[in-house]
Amino acid sequence: MPEALRDPKLVALFGGVLCLLVLSSVIGYILKSRQAADASRTTIDNLNARIKAWWKMSAIFVLSLLLGPIGSLVLFGLISFLAMREYMTLVPTRRGDHRTLFWSFFVIMPLQYYLIGIQWYGLFAIMIPVLAYIFIPSSIAIAGDTAHFLERAAKIQFGLMVCAYCLSHAPALLILKIPGFEAHDARLLLYLVIVDQMSDVLQYVWGKLIGKHKIAWRVSPNKTWEGFVGGVATATALGTALWWVTPFTPLQSAGLSFTICILGFAGGLVMSAIKRDIGIKDFGVVIEGHGGILDRIDSLCFGAPIFFHLVRYYFVP
Amino acid sequence: MNSAIHPIASLLAAVARGITGVQVQWAGCEPSERQRIYFANHSSHLDFVVLWSALPSAIRAKTRPIAAKDYWEGSPLRRYLAEKVFKAVLIERGAASKAHNPEEVHHLGRTLIDDMINALGTTNSMIFFPEGTRGTGEQVGPFRSGLYHLALRRPDVQLVPAYLENLNRILPKGEFVPVPMLSLLTFGKPMQLEPEEHKDVFLERAHEAVSSLRRIGPA
Repeated sequence: MPEALRDPKLVALFGGVLCLLVLSSVIGYILKSRQAADASRTTIDNLNARIKAWWKMSAIFVLSLLLGPIGSLVLFGLISFLAMREYMTLVPTRRGDHRTLFWSFFVIMPLQYYLIGIQWYGLFAIMIPVLAYIFIPSSIAIAGDTAHFLERAAKIQFGLMVCAYCLSHAPALLILKIPGFEAHDARLLLYLVIVDQMSDVLQYVWGKLIGKHKIAWRVSPNKTWEGFVGGVATATALGTALWWVTPFTPLQSAGLSFTICILGFAGGLVMSAIKRDIGIKDFGVVIEGHGGILDRIDSLCFGAPIFFHLVRYYFVP
Repeated sequence: MNSAIHPIASLLAAVARGITGVQVQWAGCEPSERQRIYFANHSSHLDFVVLWSALPSAIRAKTRPIAAKDYWEGSPLRRYLAEKVFKAVLIERGAASKAHNPEEVHHLGRTLIDDMINALGTTNSMIFFPEGTRGTGEQVGPFRSGLYHLALRRPDVQLVPAYLENLNRILPKGEFVPVPMLSLLTFGKPMQLEPEEHKDVFLERAHEAVSSLRRIGPA
């Protein structure tokens, strides 16, 4: 029996996720059988496609947790790879960046995850912000093409920061040694992902139901104040209600959930701004109904490192 | 010709698809077993393998690349890949520049086309890069006349334009290691040589058929 299944609270979380999926599928089915006007059809079809994708994503995520820390590391490593692939495809790079990109994909990113695997925190924390930061412009300079030099170095660095560095802090939760919480780190990772993704989903749901006043409509036309406030409030409430799976008190859990939600919103907004700048709507077409991988994890990219450091600062002696 | 697909060819096709994450769009036609010449822009060593891998396997078994003899006979490995693995039709590039007089040019050009026509036979299809060499990928280079002569000799064969996008960024000319970005492959509407159509007009039209399939635009 996988180690994870011996933790009744983790199993309860899995059960909760399953209930949510079943509930949303039932709602999706009812909406579909009731639909009348053509105008709402696209929204409902899109909703059902999203729910279907959620089943697949949840299954893959739960499976990786069952495989233990290695499973999560491999899964997040793969997500980082696919996300950076989408990012680099759409961000203009030049011929002279070829080798730098090769190093970014095949050396720097795997190394980042390897360092979590061997629990070398010191190097993990400076790998991309310090070492890659120096390596990338040097490598581009050696290639010799100086056109748009600063822009190119910045774009590659940003991609590595968001897709590899920031995201890798999610599985890095598994190496935190919280007294009295040993061997339960998988719950912390699941907690982060549930709160973060539910915040996204609930913002979307509240926005569709009562959304009127747009926030930053130039950047992301679908984000409304009603969706934002409703989504953040309900996801924070959900996170607070899940305090019993974490080492936090209910109040601490509320504070951390709120932080995850706000940062998730910021992450989504920043990625939307980048997409507007490049002139595309989605980063890829890998997950049906969700745009690309990067569109799905953009909220996690900002939430993960801050959550990691807050937990590490306050709960790891 | 033995029409079974070489196992190494299948393997390389799978690897190429993995690296390039290619999305295939049949925008102007459907896959078909009828005889066709697929002609596309050329900016990477991956071009042929990716285009070939996008075809259903029954069609793949009957589709051969046309490749430059001077390059693909340059080393034992290349020769093995070209002759045994992909069963390429190897042709002499730049025949005209080696010739001494107009008659010889004409003669060499003719043998070249003959080789291609023979390889087409009555059942095969072909993948052809009319630019004749790999470009930078920024724009499609001028087409050489081979496509016109093929169209003239075999009007029954469909000419299918295709555009390979981003492969120049995945494996540009002169690099040995690929960067796994995503790519697109779009097949366009089949075209034919019109009666009495002038060579230059036809080549210009073919060129336009390929470059109009571009979806992202220059980086």
